[in-house]
Amino acid sequence: MLVIRGGRVLDPAGGTDRVQNILVDKGKVVRTISPRTQIPREFRGADEIDASGRLVVPGLIDIHVHLREPGHEYKETIATGCAAAAAGGITAVVCMPNTEPPNDNASVTEFMIQKARAHGGVIVHPAGAISAGQKGETLAEMGDMKAAGAVAFTDDGRPVMNAGLMRCALEYAGGLGMPIISHCEDLALKGRGQMNEGANSTRFGLRPIPPQVEEIMVARDIALCELTGARLHLAHVSAEASLRHIRAAKKRRIRVTAETAPHYLWLDDGAVANYDTNTKVNPPLRSQSDVEALRRALRDGTIDAIATDHAPHSPVEKEVEFEVASPGMIGLETSLGLVLRLVNENVITLKRAIALMTSGPARAMGLPGGTLSPGADANVTIIDLDREWTVDPASFASKSRNTPFAGWQLRGRAAATVVRGKVVYRDGI
Amino acid sequence: MKTDKGPATFGHKHLLGIEQLAAEDITLIMETADSFKEISTRTIKKVPALRGKTVINLFYEPSTRTRTSFEIAEKRLSADSINIAVSTSAVVKGESLKDTVKTLMAMQPDIIVMRHQNGGAPHFLTQIVDASVINAGDGIHEHPTQALLDLFTIIEKKQAVKGLVVTIAGDIAHSRVARSNILCLAKMGATVRVAGPPTMIPAGIQKMGARVFHRFEEACQDADVVMMLRLQTERQAEGLFSTLREYNRLWGLSARMLRYAKKDAIVMHPGPMNRGVEIDPEIADGSRSVILDQVENGIAVRMAVLYLLSGGTGDITE
Repeated sequence: MLVIRGGRVLDPAGGTDRVQNILVDKGKVVRTISPRTQIPREFRGADEIDASGRLVVPGLIDIHVHLREPGHEYKETIATGCAAAAAGGITAVVCMPNTEPPNDNASVTEFMIQKARAHGGVIVHPAGAISAGQKGETLAEMGDMKAAGAVAFTDDGRPVMNAGLMRCALEYAGGLGMPIISHCEDLALKGRGQMNEGANSTRFGLRPIPPQVEEIMVARDIALCELTGARLHLAHVSAEASLRHIRAAKKRRIRVTAETAPHYLWLDDGAVANYDTNTKVNPPLRSQSDVEALRRALRDGTIDAIATDHAPHSPVEKEVEFEVASPGMIGLETSLGLVLRLVNENVITLKRAIALMTSGPARAMGLPGGTLSPGADANVTIIDLDREWTVDPASFASKSRNTPFAGWQLRGRAAATVVRGKVVYRDGI
Repeated sequence: MKTDKGPATFGHKHLLGIEQLAAEDITLIMETADSFKEISTRTIKKVPALRGKTVINLFYEPSTRTRTSFEIAEKRLSADSINIAVSTSAVVKGESLKDTVKTLMAMQPDIIVMRHQNGGAPHFLTQIVDASVINAGDGIHEHPTQALLDLFTIIEKKQAVKGLVVTIAGDIAHSRVARSNILCLAKMGATVRVAGPPTMIPAGIQKMGARVFHRFEEACQDADVVMMLRLQTERQAEGLFSTLREYNRLWGLSARMLRYAKKDAIVMHPGPMNRGVEIDPEIADGSRSVILDQVENGIAVRMAVLYLLSGGTGDITE
């Protein structure tokens, strides 16, 4: 039993924003009560967290994470990735299937879930592959993977270029009641592109990737979503052009959801100036007008979730020439701070920020959680909104250090992370 | 950069690109190169300016003229120079650039001249070595010594560059020569035009100081300098142009095309040329062509760059 006492409870899905005590038993929220109400007798003597002066929100959910295990344990393991998530205030992650071997069958799905359970920290929801071996040829065993605990299907990192197969994937997954996550990049148009197309790519002499590389696939997959009536989730949306299609699709009640990542909300393609390989990511950092458009899309609901696309890489992949470097950056430990900075700078409200990290991603993936209603899993993030800190990759719990945000001064970070009633991270509380 | 106290010094440790240079830096290189060009006419073409210094020419791409030009420049400055070509090094065994260079650093080089297929590779190199780095061409990014020798040649033939109209034609998108030349010529006050099919014009090139033309005739109109770029024939497979025949008709420099330019216009090409593709043989070998002057001037300009990066002053009289 656990009592989280005296915090400002902000639960966008449950419509709560006031000081409350939260009563937890057997990993579930029993109820939230006013601080003036006496703590019920059965909770006297329970563990307590004094959350006074802190913000208490439903456990943050990051629906786009690469945990790298099995196969690339030198970059990250399920244990280190979960520790990084906990340190970032994140209570549940959806992990991508581009491991080695890929998560394209139930035994890999089970392995991931068991590893996470053994670690005993945050909850890991595997996303299975769309195609066998992520090769884009034949469908993977989605039914088996669902039974083993997969929550969605994607060939993330390897766009499904064959529209016929994508149609079948949407239909097949739709029959199982599962969403397809699409990594939207037209590889033919992308060619050997290295960064966003514009004056900067010309100046830096790096081959360009126009935003239409993303837009074309967003439009294609929305069309296939309408055709099949299945659920489509668009991963890491980066381009203003894509938002127009998503907005129109939502207006027409097509079942599409979309995420973006903190780096697309804070960095533009000028960040590539020094050929810092930590700024190389797929899709690439876009222009300032894309950044502004994405920020508007957070406000108007075009974007449903903020997810990190946490992509750990070692110096072997990153201390190389820009064109040789693997794309991707880590994000689990900076996501909350970067999103709160949007709040601090009045880009979005605190309530919207929390919704984008809790109920929004839960709904997009059909996951439990994202709320502190009675009976919900007691996944709770306690946030110190005033805590000022500097991003220091050397102090990360993640095994990797590839972030472009090193040295950034942020205000607000997790003070405690509670998963199913158990405190998995605690800092200064 | 000039001070009252004496000859000008060069305030840069590396030559990564024209982008980092100010007009005064470029002028200092031109003045220094002028002095070195005189040395190249002597019977004994050697000066002791870089005696005791070690220069490594690290070439990840095949190159004849640039590497040879650097090597001659180094030898004429009395530097100890070593050539490392990709095919003869450990690179073929899959060694990373970082490891290769760390090994080379054990040999205590003062300057590394690097040609690399990836844009930004010399910038990365500066983060891992103490030596001065000279970019001898990085991917499709920059080729600063080429732009400097082109500028030197233009000034030599035209006395000044300010106010001249320079037309650069061909695959601008994939040309490090074009990028460095646009930056350099714009900084020195020339009017820069770029010309090519839209598939070969990169986004936002105007921001670097060039005006874009899609008809070669218009681009050549009243030009003082016409600079042709080498067409990489593999661009055909990428869909950037149709056939060599049509490319030559639309974008090849012929006598007919050259008539649009000023009567005294000069013709340049960084080499190696595809005769009959981007330039007709009669033009390449004609009286307006300064292509061989470019090659010759490359030595003096590279001597100047090596000398200035080693701490030399604008005054080379010893």
